[in-house]
Amino acid sequence: MATQVHDDPGARALRADRRAELMLGALVLGVLGFVLLLIVFVFREAWPSFANNGLLWFANGDDFDREIEEIFMSANLLQEPVYDFRAWPILWSTIVITTLSVVISFIAALFVSVFVVEFAPEWMRRILEPVIRLLASVPSVILGLLGVLILVPFIGEQLITDDQRREVSYVVSLSGYSLLAGVLILSLMIAPLMIAVFVDGLRSVPRGWLEGALGLGVNRWRTFWKIGVRTARPALVAGTVLATARAIGESIMLAMVCGGVGFAPNPADGLIFFLEPAKPIPAAILQASEELTSPPMRDTIFAMASILLFSSLVLSLAGWAVKQPMKKYGVRS
Amino acid sequence: MSVATPPAPKERRSARDSSASWRWTDRLGLAFAWVLGVMFLLITVGIVIYLMVQGIRFVKPEYFVTSPSAGFSESETGGFLDPLVGTIVVASLAMAIAFPVGLGVGVWLSEYGRPTWLARITESTVEMLAGTPSIVFALFGVLLFQHPALGLFSQSTDGVVYGRSFFAAAAMLALIALPLVVANVREGLQAIPGHVREASYAVGKTKIATTRRVLLPAARPSVVTGAMLGVGRVIGDTAVIILLLGATLKIVPAEGPVGELRGTGSTLTSFVFQNAPTGEANQPEKAFAAAFVLLAMVLILNFAMDVVVRRGRRLTWGS
Repeated sequence: MATQVHDDPGARALRADRRAELMLGALVLGVLGFVLLLIVFVFREAWPSFANNGLLWFANGDDFDREIEEIFMSANLLQEPVYDFRAWPILWSTIVITTLSVVISFIAALFVSVFVVEFAPEWMRRILEPVIRLLASVPSVILGLLGVLILVPFIGEQLITDDQRREVSYVVSLSGYSLLAGVLILSLMIAPLMIAVFVDGLRSVPRGWLEGALGLGVNRWRTFWKIGVRTARPALVAGTVLATARAIGESIMLAMVCGGVGFAPNPADGLIFFLEPAKPIPAAILQASEELTSPPMRDTIFAMASILLFSSLVLSLAGWAVKQPMKKYGVRS
Repeated sequence: MSVATPPAPKERRSARDSSASWRWTDRLGLAFAWVLGVMFLLITVGIVIYLMVQGIRFVKPEYFVTSPSAGFSESETGGFLDPLVGTIVVASLAMAIAFPVGLGVGVWLSEYGRPTWLARITESTVEMLAGTPSIVFALFGVLLFQHPALGLFSQSTDGVVYGRSFFAAAAMLALIALPLVVANVREGLQAIPGHVREASYAVGKTKIATTRRVLLPAARPSVVTGAMLGVGRVIGDTAVIILLLGATLKIVPAEGPVGELRGTGSTLTSFVFQNAPTGEANQPEKAFAAAFVLLAMVLILNFAMDVVVRRGRRLTWGS
């Protein structure tokens, strides 16, 4: 009798159900384990570079490109590997490019999404929305190609004067491959990401709140600006975090248009600052990737990558923290 | 039809609502929104039209059937058959990994999710993956696939594993597509109201059967959208390809079984990168032609996604 009960279709189905849950759970654990492996491996590989430089790793050195060269060559000679590395130029380039393009695209995305949600005529909204989605999915290498063939020559020939070239010729040569080109294209790349999240947030603002303000005689712009945008603030932060993560990690496009010179653009140079070449971390990794065969170079490259990984960990934490107050109101981002 | 219908809403713009009476800061804000909206539209449409025009000017039918080769002039260097095949192969392989895994993780998160702490960790991990730069994945791939234990996925000479192959690139690209698949599967499942599940349990279906037979078919539009978003990201990525697919533009198969997939090659993105003025080949016309083909693929994907989403809207749940 007992076996009879055991083979009853209901019990079998339940067992299958249990098995399915276990298998899915194992899959999830596998993915988690793989990600943990990724984090551990990258940081472990990066350690020698940090250990040999200490906090000076983050400092400013003499010549970034020569340091890279020496680290790379040291593996081929019969000598102690060289680890001397000062990452400030690439850190500074990343900070400047990310900050500038996030600020630019935040302002643009805020106005565009307010426009799309509230003020655009119906026909225009119908064109704008797919166009924004399309722009978000254009591969970065295509935008990089356009930058190299159109924007960079334009900056090099029209915006940079001979006086400016002469002024900084003893530190760096201005060719059009510049911070400005990188910032402009990067803003164009991350703005659609922000707009998508902003539009969702603005749409979920309760209609009654807006109607209430309109009923009090507040005009439409003021209503939407003071009530709609303020209510959607968590979505604004979430979109910005997402776009910042993308901006920090962009490698191909920036490697193509920023000049690839290990140079920290100097704000003291005035407007020339924007025309100077730069080399953000992902572009530096990409350009050094052929030198992975040299062990000390490999550790240095992984040290750069660990900075990127660390920043994405911090950003995802920030994104999580931002969502907490939203959950209280049952808002799903 | 004798049911009274409410009067049609009047045109929103009344005399009081005309912006002429607004304070100048409000008018400036509105003007700014209009200017930026129109500018955004013009820039994007401009980019797409420019690429279309350049692409149609430079793309030649024979590019689709000839392999790239070394040469001194643009007429000698061949077309982009290999990169095109490479893009398709790498995208299919990556999705073959990312789709089932993403589906499983998404189902687990939405339907099971016990214990809660594990679900929360998984959620944050997937979000972190979405924010991790692809170049970090690429470097990890180099580390992973150069390990002797994984030598069978690429070529090795004298015990030194090369670590670059279609397998390696696809595995790391799968990590890029994974968060998109998970997020969309999960969103699609969570949008299905609870009474649908209860109805299925009431006729004696188990949880897994409900998920497979009822929930997943109902969530199909989101699942397909997630997969398509994943494909879009995978075919557009360049960093992983450059680090993990090798430096050859041609597909160079390895020796042994499934040599093609263990060998090196290129994709359209790396072809564009190499042929841009900053790359090694510097043939802008070919780069434009390949960029045009790539953009066309992305456009078709976007269009297909629109169709799927619109079809999905027809299915609604009574409240």
